[in-house]
Amino acid sequence: MNYEVIVVGGGHAGCEAALATARKGHKTLLVTGNINNIADMPCNPSIGGSAKGIVVREIDALGGEMGNNADKSLLQIKMLNTAKGPAVRSLRAQADKITYPKNMINTLKNTDNLDIKEALVKDVITPDNKVSGVLLENGEIINSKIVILTTGTYMNADIMVGDTRHREGPHGEKPSNYLSDNLAKKGFIIKRLKTGTPPRIDKSSIDFSKAKIENGDTIYHTFSFDNDPMYDINKQVPCYLIYTNDETHKIIRDNLNKSSMYGGLSDIKGVGPRYCPSIEDKIVRFSDKERHQLFLEPESLYYDDIYLQGFSTSMPYDVQEKMVHSLSGLENAKILKYAYAIEYDAIYPTQLKFSLETKLIENLFTAGQINGTSGYEEAACQGLMAGINASLKLEGKEPFILRRDEAYIGVLIDDLITKGIRDPYRLLTSRAEYRLLLRSDNADLRLRDYGYKFGLISDEKYNRFLKKKNDIQKATLEFKENRLTPKNNDYLISLGTKELKDGVSLYDLLRRPEINVNDLVRFLDNDYSDEVLEQVSISAKYEGYINKSLMEAEKLKKLEDKKIPDNIDYDAMHNLASEAKQKLKEVRPNTIGQAMRISGVNPADISILTMYMKRG
Amino acid sequence: MDDTIAAISTAQGVGAISIIRVSGNKAIDIVSNIFSNKDFKNAPSHTIHYGYIFDGADKVDEVLVTLMRSPKTFTKEDVVEINAHGSIMTTDKILELLLVNGCRLAEPGEFTKRAFLNGRIDLTEAEGVMNLINSKTDISRKIALNQVGGKVSNMIRVLRDELALIISNIEVNIDYPEYEDIEEMTTSKIKSNLSDLEDKINKIFTESKNGEVLTNGIKTAIVGKPNVGKSSLLNRLIGEEKAIVTDIQGTTRDSVEATLRIDNLILNLIDTAGIRDTDDLVESIGVDKSIQLIDQADLILFVVNYNEKLTEEDKIILSRLKGKNYITVVNKCDLDKKIDDSNLDNVIYVSALKDINIDEIGKRIKNIFNLEKIETTDLTYLTSARSLSILRKVLDSVKEVRKGIENNYPIDMVEIDLKDIWNLLGEIIGESYDEELLDNLFSRFCVGK
Repeated sequence: MNYEVIVVGGGHAGCEAALATARKGHKTLLVTGNINNIADMPCNPSIGGSAKGIVVREIDALGGEMGNNADKSLLQIKMLNTAKGPAVRSLRAQADKITYPKNMINTLKNTDNLDIKEALVKDVITPDNKVSGVLLENGEIINSKIVILTTGTYMNADIMVGDTRHREGPHGEKPSNYLSDNLAKKGFIIKRLKTGTPPRIDKSSIDFSKAKIENGDTIYHTFSFDNDPMYDINKQVPCYLIYTNDETHKIIRDNLNKSSMYGGLSDIKGVGPRYCPSIEDKIVRFSDKERHQLFLEPESLYYDDIYLQGFSTSMPYDVQEKMVHSLSGLENAKILKYAYAIEYDAIYPTQLKFSLETKLIENLFTAGQINGTSGYEEAACQGLMAGINASLKLEGKEPFILRRDEAYIGVLIDDLITKGIRDPYRLLTSRAEYRLLLRSDNADLRLRDYGYKFGLISDEKYNRFLKKKNDIQKATLEFKENRLTPKNNDYLISLGTKELKDGVSLYDLLRRPEINVNDLVRFLDNDYSDEVLEQVSISAKYEGYINKSLMEAEKLKKLEDKKIPDNIDYDAMHNLASEAKQKLKEVRPNTIGQAMRISGVNPADISILTMYMKRG
Repeated sequence: MDDTIAAISTAQGVGAISIIRVSGNKAIDIVSNIFSNKDFKNAPSHTIHYGYIFDGADKVDEVLVTLMRSPKTFTKEDVVEINAHGSIMTTDKILELLLVNGCRLAEPGEFTKRAFLNGRIDLTEAEGVMNLINSKTDISRKIALNQVGGKVSNMIRVLRDELALIISNIEVNIDYPEYEDIEEMTTSKIKSNLSDLEDKINKIFTESKNGEVLTNGIKTAIVGKPNVGKSSLLNRLIGEEKAIVTDIQGTTRDSVEATLRIDNLILNLIDTAGIRDTDDLVESIGVDKSIQLIDQADLILFVVNYNEKLTEEDKIILSRLKGKNYITVVNKCDLDKKIDDSNLDNVIYVSALKDINIDEIGKRIKNIFNLEKIETTDLTYLTSARSLSILRKVLDSVKEVRKGIENNYPIDMVEIDLKDIWNLLGEIIGESYDEELLDNLFSRFCVGK
């Protein structure tokens, strides 16, 4: 059997990649170690969060599946940071760990041009440094033009608990034992990374009366721009907040040397994520903190596991028991799954092009945790981008590259391939310089045209989007043309705002912090949807800041327009600092803008580079 | 680097000779256009040529021109140096002629930059050269050394760290909103932090200005009614260093016409026309002229006569001195006291002729510009124009932050300007490590599953 595309791995990256190429009409095979484990959520039972929720919206705007699938599988949803500005608002949902994968598998099975096969891939076949297919562990060869690797944490995965280490994927799944070494043989630099997961507790053994309840929002939300809510606002499942205490900290300190990470194992090479420290790390690094927050999160309506967020550890089982039982409300808790740390292989991401194709092997793409990221959303968006770019490659078209001012996805990919990684990469709002432009509310306005252009957005969805865009223009015009006069002063006073001396446009009134857009709709000639009014309101209220960001983004665009020739010879440049020379040779940036973002490349080095380019 | 650049390489007005340097592939052609010596253009490298600089048919100056062909030159390009007479008028005129003939005015340090980019010197050398070029006196040389030594960097670093704390607190609130244990950064907290920050930046800024005064000099006017001894005071201040005073034929309003140095201070005297030829000219400055000069100067030496009652003229000048940096120099103190000095401020009693108490003037100037401390304590001053212009931007951004807070903008938007400030401060000390803020965030706050 011949395929155009083989996707290796059925996690969040693999699903998006396979759907993107298959929906574009390219014959695609998804190879996974365990079909039942497709779209599994091996760690936290949630989708979204700060910045990540915006990525889910971006995936949806481009025609990916994650947002839609999450909407179908919600236990609870809320908008974060509502007290702050529109730029940092982001959706976070608790998703059902049974329903979410089930819905995704259904979608995959119902997609034309997409086959699913259960097998482990041993090697990518690459005669002349170009993909021709994959070799399975059972010796079978499957041919394809393109291979997309989305192996997650499975390559040479080791599970670590206390002083034990054994080769195993998450939840005791089969690991990938050969692929990483075979990639190394092709010349890839492999990086060892580490992450961990907390214990799962039996719901019926927890005394929730001692915990603080955390409910979902009381207004409806959806990740997808095209979905109506599919949940009942009154039937959302709550989470709970508890704290560690002195006793917990004492148990951890007394047993510290038993933790894999603190002496239990001596051969740990993996670098763990800074933003996701184990509870041991928290106690050691923040020894003056009296307590640490923990969340009790439901995993599913169909089984009893409660995820103990904030309590990831690699302590032996007996110590985990003591630690858990020291927590208020968990005195009699029954641990259903113990916490563990996992070490795995990733490829160093500066070896990738912007398209996520590897520089070493033509038609080999990688996406997700194999590229050193962490998180379902980070993985999914890379899968989607790799899928789109694989399709474009098959069609002989230019790759699709998102700039940092266009999407968090652009920020993520640029960070990965330009700066490399030290620890598993998580998206944060602070990584985005233009975050005021990269909002949750405008992801469709930023990206839907691309989704349509690449064939992942249907005409029906696109027309709905065009109407929204048109309505925003119409509404903005009405706000600018319709004016209030001193005759309306009584109403304005009732809103608690200053009265008028002359006529003022609705748009200018909307700039006043105390005026809400809904206060002014009565003066409009037409009705507009809430999302249309929201766009007008944000543009009016934050115009100054938005313009500032647009100006900054314009500067970026200019730098991104300065292309560096592919064959430029960094060795021929006098006086280039040796660190800069080495970094430039490693990353081989496409543009001056990208070169400037490489750490270790200073402004003086950029001057030399530009002078050199001018001389030709 | 295709264009040919030119600049005056010697400090304005300080020397008897000034050098105008030209570098680039058209350097030799352009100088030939205005130089009387016709052998020059085809002469061998590293030779010196005598002749005149002409503006059309008019002789501008009698000069020596050094020809250095690429690559054995400072910039590795063709370099021509014109040794002219040290007056500002002449030097400026020659530079102007070069610009008219196709040179571009070099940016500060551009010769050094070219030397660096062409592989003649390395970055450390380049920075060192830049600072040494800029230091005219011992103190400013010390400042330059100090800047390299990192005292400025430390001062900026402290400010930047304080900002980083605020910013990473805002970031952690945004990225980890579920962590209720972490203090919420509010605009009112920023506001109180901001005042402190602004004070410190303002302090650096003022002190930097003083540093600027040290490196670039103080615009100084000597005023007073006729015959109080202005010219003898001037001559006394000049002392034995007459050679460094440059003279210009005719007067140009609002321009520095002589530079003198006392006690490591550079005084740029304005409108002291023809002081060397006719002492009387300074002496003949009258009240109207004095008032004009007061407006232009950063420092005024107001000369009155100890041996004479204050006249209406004195009082008029005095009334204009309010709010200015000035010293009342009561001259001729060796004679009988007739002056009523009860209403005079900032007084020094001197005798220019008998050389009494003249030293006091330099000390007083240092006092006025808060420079006394500079010599004895930390030399933590920014000297380069680049740093100062960045500091100005910092103050602008501080205003933006305040504006944002006053208009009740959300904290994540106010933070945009805070980050600007953080970046600008980083620019001054050459630090722009991307992951720095993130490191800060994760080392300060305990978050994550």
